[in-house]
Amino acid sequence: MWIDLVILFTKAFVLINAVLILTSFLTWMERKQSAVMQDRLGANRAPIFGVRAFGLPHILADALKMFFKEDYVPPGGDKLLHTVAPLAAVFFALMSFAAIPFGDAIRVGSREIKLQVLELDVGLLFVFAMMSMGIYGTFLAGFSSNNKFAFLGGLRASSQMISYEITMGATLVGLLMIFKTLDLNQIVREQGQLLWGWLPSWGIILQPFGFLLFLTAGFAETKRVPFDLPEGESEIIGYFVEYSSMKFGAFFMVDFVETILIAALTATLFLGGWQMPYLYGDGFHFPWGTTHSLSSASVTILQVASFGIKVLFVCWLMLLIRWTLPRFRYDQLMRLGWKILLPLSVANIFLTGFFLILLQSR
Amino acid sequence: MMLFYLLGTIALAAAVNVVAQRRVFYSALFLIICLCALSGLYMLLQAPFIAAVQVIVYAGAIMVLFLFVIMLLDPFSAVPLSEKKRYLGYLGIAMGTATLVLLVPFLLSYDLSRVPRNVTGMAAGTGITRRIGETIFKEYLLPFEVTSVLILVAIIGAVILGKKKI
Repeated sequence: MWIDLVILFTKAFVLINAVLILTSFLTWMERKQSAVMQDRLGANRAPIFGVRAFGLPHILADALKMFFKEDYVPPGGDKLLHTVAPLAAVFFALMSFAAIPFGDAIRVGSREIKLQVLELDVGLLFVFAMMSMGIYGTFLAGFSSNNKFAFLGGLRASSQMISYEITMGATLVGLLMIFKTLDLNQIVREQGQLLWGWLPSWGIILQPFGFLLFLTAGFAETKRVPFDLPEGESEIIGYFVEYSSMKFGAFFMVDFVETILIAALTATLFLGGWQMPYLYGDGFHFPWGTTHSLSSASVTILQVASFGIKVLFVCWLMLLIRWTLPRFRYDQLMRLGWKILLPLSVANIFLTGFFLILLQSR
Repeated sequence: MMLFYLLGTIALAAAVNVVAQRRVFYSALFLIICLCALSGLYMLLQAPFIAAVQVIVYAGAIMVLFLFVIMLLDPFSAVPLSEKKRYLGYLGIAMGTATLVLLVPFLLSYDLSRVPRNVTGMAAGTGITRRIGETIFKEYLLPFEVTSVLILVAIIGAVILGKKKI
């Protein structure tokens, strides 16, 4: 009983810290990557004792700056809700990670420990539930600021998130039809099989179309540049215009946490999660016959590392897109969501069903 | 068991607050908390699918629309009951008392010893997604489809009401 609790808390602690460290790392990555793409040097002005370390100390400097700023609640705003909003945003964004498996089950003595904080039959739905609750962060921020621009920003944000959430759910139905489960760990396990003896049956191979649709919809969920109408850092004003200090920092963070969440979901659903091609519980079994046995500990490390690399890769891809595309107009955004992505994902469902029946009848 | 009491207390307190709050916006927020606590209770009853859908559909989608409407109509007013509407309050009290009186015989005839103390007595896996899917799409397929037609009718009606020119 106690040992279970200890294991659970350790897993949650490690996972949350990994996510938060990756978040702060992403702020640096975004600056550096944009600098590289725009032929600049990027952040390098926060040296510690002359050590620039590629601008990495900026992460620390930013956090310190945020904490020392004045925390301002607009007069006429709702103080309680103004405080709750960023907390809710961060809380629900971090909660979503609980259902994501980051490795296969490991055995310690007679105990089997699953590398997943929350083992749920409906893991995917849990993530979606937490995401849909995340709307309240932006919504309350816009509402409680007592500012028309923040209010409109909040409305934009919540309608965008609701619209794209529906699309996002629809894009995944095809994948669920193939894997026949909502359990994220089970989905990853299924992706360990091989097609025709050599091709790993990752989601991206079974559902290439669904992958593109999901990534697009996921992008809209993170509220970042091609879809950044809710906040509009450069011209229009967003829902957290009345926020300062670490409360603003929380919203700033949530953007990156959501990026990581979409990256982790993409990796789990479409890129095989913690699976590595040809890696099984006892080592590599290559399709050309050679085997290379490994201890179970190194297999676990390889699995977790493979998941981490996939997440980093998708994060990189998302940053790349973020610095490449210009922003949509709001009507274009809604048209894309409802008139293009949703019908396409419904078509994807029908196509998948068609092929499934075709394969079954053979 | 501790979790049950915790979630139950939260749900009840939130539900009371839904009625007691003066500001409509806060009432709606407490309703969200109440729905989330109920979802936790479903989880304890080993019905994870229902729990997740409860949060996604009710707390995550429908309540957002509620809040939209409240916000766009009348965000900051702490609606005091105007003298004209005072009789509505009395009517509410009367109706509540009547309901309570009607409930009394049921509460009295309620046999506590027959209440199952845990969920192991229930058919295993009732709340599991696969089981629910099979029930809906095999046993109750026709009612399910008829319901969807009903929703379609509602959608068409909303479109016609919402748009003057189609």
